[in-house]
Amino acid sequence: MSIPTEVIALLRGDAQADRIVPRAGQTARLTLAVSAAMAFLAVFALALSLATGRLADRWSQALAQSATIRLSAAEDQVEIQTRAILTVLRQTPGVAAARALSDDEQRALLAPWFGPDLPVDDLPVPRLIEIIEDDRGFDATGLRQRLAAEAPGAVLDDHTRWRRPLVAAADRLRLLGWVSMSLILGATAAMITLAAQASLASNLQVLRVMRLVGAQDSYIARAFVRRFTHRALSGAALGTGLGMLAIAVLPRAAQEGAFLTGLGFQGLAWLWPLTIPFLAAVTAFWATRLAALRTLKGLR
Amino acid sequence: MIDMQDAAYGYGAEPILSAMTLRLAPGSFHFLTGPSGSGKTTFLKLCYGELITTQGSLAIFGQDAATLNRDRIARTRQRIGVVHQDCEFLDHLPIAENIALPLTVAGRDMTQSVANLRELMAWVGLTSRASAHPPELSGGERQRAALARAIIMDPELILADEPTGNLDWDLSLRLLQLLCELNRMGKTIVIATHDLALIRAAKAQVQARVLRIAAGKLVAAGANL
Repeated sequence: MSIPTEVIALLRGDAQADRIVPRAGQTARLTLAVSAAMAFLAVFALALSLATGRLADRWSQALAQSATIRLSAAEDQVEIQTRAILTVLRQTPGVAAARALSDDEQRALLAPWFGPDLPVDDLPVPRLIEIIEDDRGFDATGLRQRLAAEAPGAVLDDHTRWRRPLVAAADRLRLLGWVSMSLILGATAAMITLAAQASLASNLQVLRVMRLVGAQDSYIARAFVRRFTHRALSGAALGTGLGMLAIAVLPRAAQEGAFLTGLGFQGLAWLWPLTIPFLAAVTAFWATRLAALRTLKGLR
Repeated sequence: MIDMQDAAYGYGAEPILSAMTLRLAPGSFHFLTGPSGSGKTTFLKLCYGELITTQGSLAIFGQDAATLNRDRIARTRQRIGVVHQDCEFLDHLPIAENIALPLTVAGRDMTQSVANLRELMAWVGLTSRASAHPPELSGGERQRAALARAIIMDPELILADEPTGNLDWDLSLRLLQLLCELNRMGKTIVIATHDLALIRAAKAQVQARVLRIAAGKLVAAGANL
């Protein structure tokens, strides 16, 4: 019987065929509990993956299209070099906008470290010029060379050295989340295979009788597959529900004033965890089917 | 029905059965006899495809058993009824469902088969035990239930391995009578037994052939009772 036919038969169900497998309590509870626990963990792994994905995107977007020029020059040179820098920037392809920050804006930037009453005018604070890139981006090396000629006190900071490790860290976390998901699925498959093998081993008499009365392997396997798939689906649905509930009641990061985005799902991303029970069911389907067919091969 | 040509079966150098050449014709009745360990059960297992000959050929219903895949073996078994001495059942199901198991497996409509099932259970004297589970049945009841399960699909061939081994003489005769009735209905019967009294008791009821196996070889075939 082909796999699609097998799946249709599985979904349609067969009350008579289902009865050939005794309702053993031990493996049933084990499969249910393991599926629920794994699904619960999978929800958190998924939440971690999605949250770090959002974080990586946000850092990437926020820092990728902006740059800063710091200008340190003698007092009488600051205005002259600022104008020169702005002129260079207007002529530089890839720069969408550029402007010098006002004293108030600079004071606001330094306030978290030095307090709100910082006398910016009395301190040798460099002039900051904000650059917004367009989609093409600018040639940082060429711009540095021009700035060196036109405004010797200017230093271009295109945020690359800040952005790269942050984005790399977020990407690694996202990857870690997906690896965790894969490990959870693998562990679920291993657990269900063990439970199915235990069930098959304790039901060898059932297998022998079924072969004796002319049952094909697919018929016998289907009875076990249906039982385990149903248990995995039910357990995973329970675990997923509890996991989503736990995520939903987590304190919001914004409420705590934290910088990191909250661990959780946003908008349509709440639909993603709903795939976990189906993944568990598919995993159980294959794990049990392979275990059953392997066991049946030992019987003629 | 079953056609063996120089068939042999064994592990390694020592064959369990060898040089078996015989043909079981449709509607015939055979006793397979010989001492314990002579290869009677192996012979029957070859006949329903649980074992495959290691030499020679064996055809079941005209099909070379060695070339049958697992699904075709399963379908072929729906045409063969097998009764073992230690008859195995699904212990969690009532005996009526156990007897109907071949019908379930074959996908037969149970609503149409209920009447046949009732009739069959009455024939083997198990009507009052229909809802009992196999562990609750006596040895004789289990043997009759196994026979009922073996014939519910109306098979052409019935193989019985020491079917009276656990029964007293009266129950053995009752079971033999049932098998003889089936033979009169046109079924081919092979009974493996070392109970010579049972073979003699069959004399009055059917024309049977005795196949005697000793040390893995067929030493007498065709001796009428």
